[in-house]
Amino acid sequence: MNDQIGQWGKEDMVSSEQTVVRTGTGRARTVRWGAVAATSAICASLLVGCGSSDSDSKGGGAPEASKERGPITLAMGKDTTGTVQGQLDRWNKKHPDQKVTLVELPESADQQRQQFIQNAQTKSDAYTVLNLDVVWTAEFAANQWIDQLPAGKFPLDQMLPSVVKTGTYFGKQYAIPYNTNAGLLFYRKDLLDKIKAQPPQTWAEMEQDCAKVSKLPEGEGIDCYAGQFDKYEGLTVNFSEAVASAGGSVVDAKGKATVDTDAAKKGLHFLADGFKEGRIDKKAATYQEEDGRRAFQSGKLLFHRQWPYQWALAGAKDGSSKVAGKFGVAPLPGLDGPGKSTLGGLNLAISKFAKNKATALDFIKFFSNTANARANLQVNSSAPPYTALYDDPALNKKFPYLATLKQSLATATPRPAVVHYGDATAAIQESAAAALSGDKSVDAALADMQKNLSAAIAEK
Amino acid sequence: MSVLTSREASGTGTRPARTTRRAGTGRLAAALLSPTLLVVGLVIGYPVVAALRLSFQVSHQSIDPHTGFNVTTTTFGLDNYARVFGDDRILRPWWNTTSFALASVTLEVFIGMAMALVMHRAFQGRALVRAAVLVPWAIPTAMSGLLWKWIFNSQGIANDILGAQILWNRDGFQAWLSVVVADTWKTAPFIGLLVLAGLQVIPGELYEAARVDGASPWRTFWRITLPLVRPALVVAVLFRLLDVLRMFDLPYVLVGPRKHSVETLSMIAFEEMTNLRFGTAAAYATVLFAYVAVVAFAFVRLFGADLIGRGTGSER
Repeated sequence: MNDQIGQWGKEDMVSSEQTVVRTGTGRARTVRWGAVAATSAICASLLVGCGSSDSDSKGGGAPEASKERGPITLAMGKDTTGTVQGQLDRWNKKHPDQKVTLVELPESADQQRQQFIQNAQTKSDAYTVLNLDVVWTAEFAANQWIDQLPAGKFPLDQMLPSVVKTGTYFGKQYAIPYNTNAGLLFYRKDLLDKIKAQPPQTWAEMEQDCAKVSKLPEGEGIDCYAGQFDKYEGLTVNFSEAVASAGGSVVDAKGKATVDTDAAKKGLHFLADGFKEGRIDKKAATYQEEDGRRAFQSGKLLFHRQWPYQWALAGAKDGSSKVAGKFGVAPLPGLDGPGKSTLGGLNLAISKFAKNKATALDFIKFFSNTANARANLQVNSSAPPYTALYDDPALNKKFPYLATLKQSLATATPRPAVVHYGDATAAIQESAAAALSGDKSVDAALADMQKNLSAAIAEK
Repeated sequence: MSVLTSREASGTGTRPARTTRRAGTGRLAAALLSPTLLVVGLVIGYPVVAALRLSFQVSHQSIDPHTGFNVTTTTFGLDNYARVFGDDRILRPWWNTTSFALASVTLEVFIGMAMALVMHRAFQGRALVRAAVLVPWAIPTAMSGLLWKWIFNSQGIANDILGAQILWNRDGFQAWLSVVVADTWKTAPFIGLLVLAGLQVIPGELYEAARVDGASPWRTFWRITLPLVRPALVVAVLFRLLDVLRMFDLPYVLVGPRKHSVETLSMIAFEEMTNLRFGTAAAYATVLFAYVAVVAFAFVRLFGADLIGRGTGSER
């Protein structure tokens, strides 16, 4: 069954390529069978420790040692901007015998993860290079669905360290940053100017600004603050940010849950009290990214925690945004000073079950290079992993928020790198939602979260 | 009276008389049906058996402290079921599933029946009304889920019309209600159409006779329309019941996963699966399978739905 699926995947690929490729694959095949034969011979002679050799031999070894070249695939979420195919075309032109085919997956991250997992479960070689969300690295590495990568062969030292770290597991590099993402505070510059205030650096300052703006005639009917508080991944992000901005952490460096601390309490209090005291309007409890964006764009929100993508949309001058030219961007505020954002973004990894890993390695190097990252920023304003691009004067002119974003990224903290991330995020959402709705006190919610998060981390 | 004659006409008319050719016909029937049975066995039988086996497969995972790799060992046992029933997690989704079925099917029967009665009358533009009524049912569930999500958005039209600030997408009774409303909107036309089909085979003479006898419209409905449309109605309700009991897409899209007031058994099974606990997922799915089977069996026993073409009630 597994073989069959792999076979279909290969058939698909081969049919669209030239005969040259066919021979290439055929050779690769012989090599692989040779490897299998050799492995079994060694196993037979030793008779021990070959229990898991099946999965090892299937993919043709680690990419570092692999010499296999030939056509590969790139599996990633739907390319809504149309930039990817152009980049692939450039690669394919230069490497006619090592063509890359784009496999487009659904837009939703959850569905992408399911397809990746399904692919891994059947040990299919249909996907070679995987575009993984930063929070999946631990899960995919622990299950040995992706290969360890030779870190020295990539310009990781030119990238933001916090971003590079999202591709590591147990101190080894499993994925290379493709793009990154961090939360920013969007604020109504026109209203803050009226009360002669700078963008707030602390939660207390933000509170004061809100109180002042609400007394203005223009401030009527404007909510103070919103983020993504619906019970979904966005809540995990916003909760983690609140905890980190209060000086705490959700999971410590040793991988232990640490949400029963004072800092975590202060972080969750910021959100829960915000709801209780009306700084965060009740309807924000159902907000995902787009709900908040609409509220901000229609001028009904003073402060909004959001990803950079809102910048272009809220600034659109075609009449779709009522706040075009009236807003600014600042790092997230925190308890005693600037807060910390949660890291988003995508990393590139190589499927353990894929063929032609030498090509895959070269392709990742090409696909994640500075030129492509710059193009991605220019076309769809996705945040590049490269430090230098944030200081580029031309880019800064076009995207004035880059300096702020760099500042956010420099201090950004990753979400917990937990193997059972699905259970961990569910545990966080469960308790955080209960605290925000007032069903549970902050203390009780965090006690529950500590218990459930620890269980998810230690899960058997 | 007249009810009986129509039953006999439809039920007993085609009984085979020539027994000599029976064996040959039977063999031919078996030969003709075997490909279908084979396919059904492969695409339905095998997955069911595989899921059943999987539900007894218990896997233990631990992380190797040196490499960080997952080490999985698998045994067979009842642990998955112990987990399903030992947890309080089964009761809430079970009740959600059941209450959805009770509430929305009841509503759908009333509304669908009314729709059918309206469509049954001869009036200008009847075809248009029939087509229009079918539209909600023709829209894929995920789409209508998205549609209603917009309607029930905090800044959506439902709140505008009600002049209230109800957070429909938030966990709670209102979320449950929004699913019932969306489901009723979507599938009342289905019941309406099946009932309409039932209505159209009722001979007009019966109504004429009732009118001659001076029966009131209410009495005509109770004594003629309802009993004669019952076979169609019962099948429609059974289909809906089975559908709602395994409902997944509507609450998942409309309200979202992990919202306890609308979480159904299918959603829990899905959640377990996405977190790679295939054994527990299979156990939840098996429990749901058994539950749906029991409800269907009880329903057929109680109301005698004519699913295998025996002719309703002819055995009783």
